[in-house]
Order: sequence, then C-alpha cells, then structure tokens
Amino acid sequence: MQFVKPDVNINFIGKRKIAYLVSAVMIVISIGSLIFHGGPRLGIDFQGGTLIQVKFLAPVKMDAIKAGLRDIDLGKSSVQKFGDSESSEYLIRTDSSVMTSEGFSADVQKALKSSTGSEVEIRRMEMVGPQVGQDLREKALFAMFFALLFITIYISGRFEFKWMISGIMAAALIGAVYVLTLLKVSIPWLIIGALIVTLVLFWFLELKYAMGAIVALVHDVTITVGLFSLFDKEFTLAIIAALLTIIGYSLNDTIIVFDRIRENLRKYHKNPLEVILNRSVNETLSRTLLTSLTTLFVVLALFVLGGGIIHDFAFALIVGIVVGTYSSIFVASPILLAWQGRPKKK
Amino acid sequence: MKNFSWKLVLVFVVIVAAIIYVLPSLKPALWPHKQINLGLDLQGGMHLVLEVDTKKALESTVERISHEIREQLKKEHIRNVTIDRVEGIKISAQIKDEESIKKFSALLDDQFKDLRELSNNMVDGVQTIMLDIPDSDRTQIEKLAVDQALETIRNRIDQFGVSEPDIRRQGENRILIQLPGIKDTQRAKDLIGKTALLEFKLVDDTQPIDSALKGNLPPGREILYKIDVDPQTKRTSKTPFLLKKRAVLDGSYLTDARVQIASQFNEPYVSINFDKKGARIFERITGDNVNKRLAIVLDNSVYSAPVIQEKIAGGQARITGRFTTEEARDLAIVLRAGALPAPVNILEERTVGPSLGADSIRKGLISMLVGGLLVVLFMVIYYKAAGLIADVALFLNILLIGAGLAAFQATLTLPGIAGIILTIGMAVDANVIIFERIREEMALGRTPRAAVDAGYDRATLTILDANVTTLIAALVLFQFGTGPVKGFAVTLSLGVVASMFTALIVSRIIFSYILINRKVKSLSI
Repeated sequence: MQFVKPDVNINFIGKRKIAYLVSAVMIVISIGSLIFHGGPRLGIDFQGGTLIQVKFLAPVKMDAIKAGLRDIDLGKSSVQKFGDSESSEYLIRTDSSVMTSEGFSADVQKALKSSTGSEVEIRRMEMVGPQVGQDLREKALFAMFFALLFITIYISGRFEFKWMISGIMAAALIGAVYVLTLLKVSIPWLIIGALIVTLVLFWFLELKYAMGAIVALVHDVTITVGLFSLFDKEFTLAIIAALLTIIGYSLNDTIIVFDRIRENLRKYHKNPLEVILNRSVNETLSRTLLTSLTTLFVVLALFVLGGGIIHDFAFALIVGIVVGTYSSIFVASPILLAWQGRPKKK
Repeated sequence: MKNFSWKLVLVFVVIVAAIIYVLPSLKPALWPHKQINLGLDLQGGMHLVLEVDTKKALESTVERISHEIREQLKKEHIRNVTIDRVEGIKISAQIKDEESIKKFSALLDDQFKDLRELSNNMVDGVQTIMLDIPDSDRTQIEKLAVDQALETIRNRIDQFGVSEPDIRRQGENRILIQLPGIKDTQRAKDLIGKTALLEFKLVDDTQPIDSALKGNLPPGREILYKIDVDPQTKRTSKTPFLLKKRAVLDGSYLTDARVQIASQFNEPYVSINFDKKGARIFERITGDNVNKRLAIVLDNSVYSAPVIQEKIAGGQARITGRFTTEEARDLAIVLRAGALPAPVNILEERTVGPSLGADSIRKGLISMLVGGLLVVLFMVIYYKAAGLIADVALFLNILLIGAGLAAFQATLTLPGIAGIILTIGMAVDANVIIFERIREEMALGRTPRAAVDAGYDRATLTILDANVTTLIAALVLFQFGTGPVKGFAVTLSLGVVASMFTALIVSRIIFSYILINRKVKSLSI
C-alpha cells in the first residue's frame, strides 16, 4: 500500500509565495486574537488562584452552584461544566489564592450541598499563590527559549559544522539574558527581544538551517498559541509541556527534510538549490505524512477518550502536529533560499 | 556474522532485564522490586509548597538578643539605658549619662561583639546607638530557620503516619511536601502549618482590662484572646486577657507531650513534661506567683489561664481546652515535634481525590489501548509483514518505557501517560523512515538484502539527528518541570531512547534473521 507514489513531484517550492501568504494570515490572526483578548488566558498555574473540581451525585443546576458559592463569599468565581456530558462535574475557579484558612474544603462542600441538595465530592483542589504563579510563568518562558537555543546549536553543528559560532552565540545570548534578568527587566519582553536578536544574528551569521528550523518553530508555536486564544482556552503547565513537545516534534519533521537536502546537495550539486529543495521535500513527503498520521491517531484517541484534565493538552498537540507538518513542508525549506539573492562572500 | 551475534545477546539481556523490572508492577507478589511510582494526580494525595517566613525568624532572634542585653544591663547595674527593637530587625540603644555610655560600650565589646554598629549619634547628651546583625550571620540564621522547619515538619508528618511522604527543600526558603494517598487533607495541613509556639505568660490582674482594650496598653503588656467554640451552636466567643508580654517559659524546654483523658469529664487534655531546667523554672515561677493566673499561650492565642494554687515541682503541666480526641492528639504531635522557628505560609496547594486518580488511570489506559491498536493495525495494512516487525518493536518499546520507569524509580503522572501515548505514535516514525528508505532502494532495483542494508545505513543518521533534538526539548522540560510535567519529560525521554534502540537494533535483527536464515527472495514491505 502506498499513499504517495515514489515519482511524485509537486512543486512546493514554486508555490512558496502562496504558503508565505497563508502563514502570514494565520500568524496575523493569532497575534490579533492575542491582542484582542489582552494576552493569553493564563490558568491558575501562571496567575495564581484557586481551582476546585467537584462532582455531584445527582444532576444540579448551575445557578444553584453559584448561589452556594455566594454564601461563602466566592460569588465572583467562574463555574464551568467539566468532562463528559453525562457526569455532573464542575470546575470552580477564583482569582484569589487565599483559601488556606481552616476548613475551607469542608465549607465549600457544605455550602454546595445545601444549595444544590445533592451529595458533593471534592475531587481536586488546587491553589497557587501569586508569587509561585509568576515564578512558573517566567520559568516556562525561559524553558521555551533555552530549548530553542540548544536545538539551534545542535542543528548548526550537525548540518553546517558551525558548532563554534553557534555555541559562542548561544552562550553570549544566555549571558545577556541572565544579566538582564538581574536588572529586573520584564521577562516576557526580554524573551521576545532575545528571540528577535537571535533571528537577526542567524541572518548575519548565515546559520541557514538553524534559521529555517527556528522560523518554522516560532511559526508553529505562535499559531498554536493563537488558536488557543481564539478558542478561549486556558494556559496551564500541561500546555507548556505540549508546546515543548510540538517544538520537538515539528523539528523532527524539519530535520528529516533537511537531512535529505544535505544528502541531495552532495548528489546533485550541479542543480539549482530550488530544484534540490523541491526534490528533497517530495522524497520525504511520504514519511512526513505517514508519521503525522500515526501520531494523529494516538493523539486523537487521547483527545476523545483521555478525560477532561488531558483534553486541552491533546488539543494543543493536534494543532501542533498539523501545523508542524505544514511548516516543515512549506516554511522551513524555503527559508534556505532566502540567502540566494545576496552577493556571495569570499 | 559476529556483529549480529553480540547484538542478539544485547537485545536478549535488555528484554530479560526489562521484564524483571516491569513484572512487580503488574503482580507485586512476584519478587520484591519496587513498583512503578504513581504521581499524586494518579493515586490521589496532597502537594504543598510552603514558604518559611525567614524575616520572622530574624525578628525573633533580634528580640532575643535585645532581651539578653537588657538582662546583662541589669546584672552589671548599668542604668539609664533603653533597649528597643526597631524596624523589625534593628536594636536601638539610648543612653542618657556619661558613665553608662562607657560601660555600655565595654559590654558590647565584651559580650555582643557579633553585632554590627550602624550609627552612633549624640544629641543633647543622649547617645543613640543603632545595632543590627551582620549579613553573613543573617543568611546563617535564615538558613538555619529553613533547616529547622524542614526537620520539624518531617517529624510531625512521621508521627502523623503517612506512607512514603516526600519532603524536601526547594530553592532558598521553600519546602515542598508531597503526601500520597492522604485523605484528611485539612487536618494534615493544620498539623504542618501550625507554628506551635508554646508560651507561658503571667496574667496581669492588677490593671483594668477595659482601659487596656481601649488602647491604653501599659508598657510590657499585651492583649491576647481565648477563643471558644460552642460544640452545639458552633458559635465562637473571644475572651481577652491582659498578659505580661515576656514569656516566663516556652515549649523549647519540653521533653514530652501526651494525650490523657480527664476522668471527671471524660475530656481529653494534653499533658506535658519539662526537662530539668524547664522544671526548675516552672517551679520557681509557680512558687513566686501563687494565687496569680498563668496563661498557656499557643501561637498567640490563650488556651487556658488557671490560677496557680501552689508551687508545682516535678516539671509537669497540662493543657486543657475543649479538645476532641483528634485535636488533642494533633496538638501532642506538634508539641513533641517542636515549634517551627518561624511561621510558614502555604504558597501552592494541589489536592487530588483518590477517585479522580483512578478515573485518570482508567481513561489513560483506554486511550493508550485504542491509539496503540489503531497504529498497530495501520502499520500492518500499510507495510504488511514489515509492519508486523514494526509492531513487535512497538510492544518492546512500551515494555522498555515501563522498565525504565521502574528502574529509575521515576514517577508516572497523567501527562506521563500522555507522553507514552505520544511515543507510541512517534516510535513507529523511526520504522517508517527506514521502511520508506528500503522501498526507495528497492525501486532503484536492488536486491532485498542490499536494500535493507542500505535503508538502515542511510536512515540511522537521520533518526539520530531527529531524536536528539526531541531529547533536547525533553531534557529542558525535565529541568524546568514540576510534578506532572516532569513525569511527561521522563516518559518522553525514555520513549525516544527506547524507540531508537528498538528501531535501529531490534527490528534490524529481525530483518537480518529473515533474510539470512529463511533466504527470502522478495520483501513484503
């Protein structure tokens, strides 16, 4: 059985202008949605707050739950149906993280029982203080940034033998970021700034492969984050894990195409770069699609059957896999052409 | 083929080792290796992050030093000196005459040379000296406070009885506590978070409490409350007490605390024993203050304030209140384990009920089964016999992840299960890369043997590069992660390493075996 015929030759690279346009539109929508919503909607992990997952043994009305919460001064909290539609589970969320007073969970249980008339089970309770929330937020941003940097060192080293240049550049960037954190610069802006500086450096140092990979990754992560914002989903620790997995996964795809480009450059060095790139993308197309398919199978299973806690995590992975597959075909390789118009340095 | 045989031995050893590690988790009675650890989100339990209020520890140290200075001044008859603790952690000394200034500075040089002099002003014949604790000592005190808090909390939890608690320091002044399987989370939290500073303070009955309540507090006095909860109506009432601020005795002299039942009312109380020095102080205090009231104060609230009937020797006292047996038992535990050197604040708390954990395991396993089955079927349909080889590699892969979890005593969390499921999808990737390559080589007209060899040789580097990058992301995740996320990073890394092993070594051996021993002419791929 074969989905993609061996002699397939689709002109992906020739259509790169269209792909750029599609990507640009998606990124603009993503950023637009983020600006419109005032940044990503942070869960209690990153913002601080309290989350209670309750299960009622009998069906209850949302209003009754809210009335019960008002009785114990939690009237401002949001209540949301959770998990399967047949079970009566709800998530209660508040911004305040001062719930540690004695007997809090007992109070919640009692208030909800008397307002809804149903037995209540408190299945999960999470409280994150604002300080911890901020710490986690910063740690998450650093993790993403460092993952990107380490990966670029590896790519530049393996594909262009530029271990030294990329290593020194990464060390300098890490050093600069570290010094700036000591000066108490706002972390999100610092990371965005560092990312832009990294891309500019790649451009001038001609770290082509690393640049292609990073642009593809930033592209994937931005669109995933944008879709999350569009669907008004929440950012939690698990979602950061999903984003990092997407980084690893999409890179996996990209590297396999790059690897074929490296091989074909040696084999057909007389052909123009454009032809070689297109040939490489076509030759690996079958594998790219197959792997995305098998991974999608399992992630879809997780999305449908995995239960409420893992639901958004699986959603992020689905988006990431689809976008990652797209980007390794349409985004990462064409970037390598970007240096073509420039005069060759000796 | 020499190469072939040592690889065969390696694979055999790895599989046997994996089975040895995995089996106890499926059937615990088989042999006594540890099972795979389940995270709190899967087995239920409580995760707490506490912050030790080290500033309070500093303040109480400074307070103690000020008190020592005052005692020394009294002892050496140095008069006209006022010692105060100001701005939390500074000591101000005001000295009003020439002679005392000399004596005081001699005292400082002699007995308190660890203190740092911040400023020294002379205004209208009054000298004001500001003192504080130098920075290096300060860090030492803070570190000690966290160490002590850690130790105390560990003691309390041990006595409370939780199986396999995980209590460790996190960062400079945070303590991470994980209590798997705990049910009464509120009680555990109260037990851990209570400062449990036990103090004995004399009640000042000579002055009217009403004027003190109106803000007319005499120097060296304070007002603390006794809080009573009516067991029937649940209504609380507060009774104020005017106390001498200085504690005459505190919990650091305790040697033991036990729950006893008063025979008269069948009410539990906590009996405490002092050590020798504490017993002597207690005897002196009670002897000097017969017919006065002595308040027993725990964490700044009054438990009881009995009238001292006579001098009490022997170093025994009892704390009464309207305790339930449970409350009395917990109080005895915290008193035995000792007071926390500084109050702690709960920064983060996550509690998962056991039923939710069981639900998560069930749902995780079902999705793993369904997803895995889809992939297995797909591989067989798409690659026929070769797909079967990939499926064998896949099963081995899952076995290896399980063995890795058991061998490294890593913790399996819900995102960790998701990580395994994701690796199922990605594990076949290595095989897909190889098979596609073999197909390409066959299309170029090579024999099956040559195509397989070329396919593996060319694909090896590709697979290595692709997996190393995923591994980098996973390792960063592990560094940054807490709890569940870390579990995800662990299974993802194990999965990546296992899939390289199964795809590059195991499936190749199977191919070679079929091609050499069975002398197969055409390849089903």
